[in-house]
Amino acid sequence: MDTKHIKDQVDPKFFKEHQEKLYQALEDKHTTIEKMDDEDPLGTKMILNMGPQHPATHGVLRLILQLNGELIEKAKLDIGYLHRGVEKIAENKTYQEFMPYTDRMDYLSPYSNNVALCTAVEKIANVEVPERAHYIRMIGCELARISSHLLWLGTMVMDAGAVSFFIWTFREREKLYDIFDNIGGHRFTISHARIGGVANDLTDDAMAMIKDFVNEFPQELKDFHGLLDRNRIFFDRNREVGVLSPERALEIGATGPTLRASGYAYDLRDFEPYARYDEVDFEVPTRLEGDNLARYYVRMEEMHESIRIIRQCLDKLPKGPVRTDNAKQAYPSKDEVYYSMEGMIHDFMMTDTGICPPEGEEAYHAVEGPKGELGYYIQSDGTGHPWRLKINSPSFKNLQALEDLLDGEMVADTVVIIGGVDPVMGEADK
Amino acid sequence: MDLELSEKLQNVVDGLSEQFSDSFIEVYQSSGDTFIQVKSDAIVEICTYLKEEQHFIYLTDLFGIDRFTSNDRFEIAYNLISLRDRERFFLKTRLPEENPEIASVADIWRAASWLEREVYDMFGVTFTEHPDFRRIFMPEDFDYFPMRKEFPLLGIPGSIELPSTTPDTE
Repeated sequence: MDTKHIKDQVDPKFFKEHQEKLYQALEDKHTTIEKMDDEDPLGTKMILNMGPQHPATHGVLRLILQLNGELIEKAKLDIGYLHRGVEKIAENKTYQEFMPYTDRMDYLSPYSNNVALCTAVEKIANVEVPERAHYIRMIGCELARISSHLLWLGTMVMDAGAVSFFIWTFREREKLYDIFDNIGGHRFTISHARIGGVANDLTDDAMAMIKDFVNEFPQELKDFHGLLDRNRIFFDRNREVGVLSPERALEIGATGPTLRASGYAYDLRDFEPYARYDEVDFEVPTRLEGDNLARYYVRMEEMHESIRIIRQCLDKLPKGPVRTDNAKQAYPSKDEVYYSMEGMIHDFMMTDTGICPPEGEEAYHAVEGPKGELGYYIQSDGTGHPWRLKINSPSFKNLQALEDLLDGEMVADTVVIIGGVDPVMGEADK
Repeated sequence: MDLELSEKLQNVVDGLSEQFSDSFIEVYQSSGDTFIQVKSDAIVEICTYLKEEQHFIYLTDLFGIDRFTSNDRFEIAYNLISLRDRERFFLKTRLPEENPEIASVADIWRAASWLEREVYDMFGVTFTEHPDFRRIFMPEDFDYFPMRKEFPLLGIPGSIELPSTTPDTE
């Protein structure tokens, strides 16, 4: 195949200019290093278009792979199929109104997204959060991390060939959904955090469920380890696959477990502690190998640490209010809204105008989401709507690392590597 | 306003104002974050200095801001981290409304590559000497820059041709 004219050989049906540039970019990718043969007598070279509708790509990720036999010579990613312009939407919403949109960013761990937005708004508007709310948020965030890692575990092992595993991790996720249902009234998109605290206190039911989960889950995790750690097939499919060296990981901007599996102990909970992470005891798991197996170990250990954090939070959980009672900063409780005129006016004002940070202020606050550094930059113009809100999404940066990672791998490993990097397109595409 | 700079950041500010006295504009703090404003013409030299001399080896974010003012309309912010010194700060630079153009830093931190493409896609800021300069979210056939303030929230009807729902029949 004459690889010099990839774009002449394909006939895109839509977005013609876009597709042409994409194929051109694939053709141009490190052309300085490789000299392409015009001669290919065996016909081993081909361009493989994978996605955007492909079950193993975890959403609408599209890959263009240039193959030589089974080897990926180079790869290009095409993202944006789930671009909804949430940053633009944010500029036209009050801060609290925008929160349900964050649920739909990283839809595998909505709780972390809510907390990330709230902490950023609290930082820019100087809101004091009650002690109890901090601990409830930490419990929620860690449960969300386990939920997200469980989905990663199920799909990644399924990509590697073990389908039944997916059902087992989903059984555990089901318990987490029930907990979230009890905490905030929603199973999936929770929106439980509020600016200035959380929506409501944990019910006794929810407390009991969390305690049960914390007691039972370590045994499940042990079973997962037992099934995978010495599993020949799983081991061979992941070891030394998709290796990201420490220098390259930092250079390309990888974050979260992907960066930690490459040797850098960069975890926001430890780097710039928020909420009350400085008062609990936990470790930041790291590995040096940087391959898919290292990412597996890092995430498994993170689940252990999350359970440890939740246990400590349950022990330390202080009594008190769950939301600041400053009427200019937070919503009133539902009791006040239903039974007093002032409460209703207050609720109306919060919904209509919302919290107004000082004019010209800007702030950046990041939390450690399950996928990595999840940061919100907010610039205020003194009104209830942000002037600019930038979401620093971890999946976006990890996908950039993925594009780099795929060169030189085998085509059969593509899905495993995507599974190991664990991107969520809702977050990467914004 | 009094600044409360850590030793490391003070060192950065001193270094920048000494070595790049022509390009250094100001340093300010807001809600506890530190922002250093520089001129856009020496951005590559400044970033190289920050990476090589000050050990800011990790670029976590790069984004644009539309200030919607008549001069220096666009602002580019670089979110830099030094893992060794556990410090984070923002480097900022402003660009004019007409032909906003700035040198790419993708050679310094490769992470900048996609982030710069996103800024171009959303604001129309051109990055010169970028290794793979294309739009990232929107298709190339799209003619507008959606994060600019004048772009309507509901979009522009007909601005993008949607794929046929029955592709075989064209």
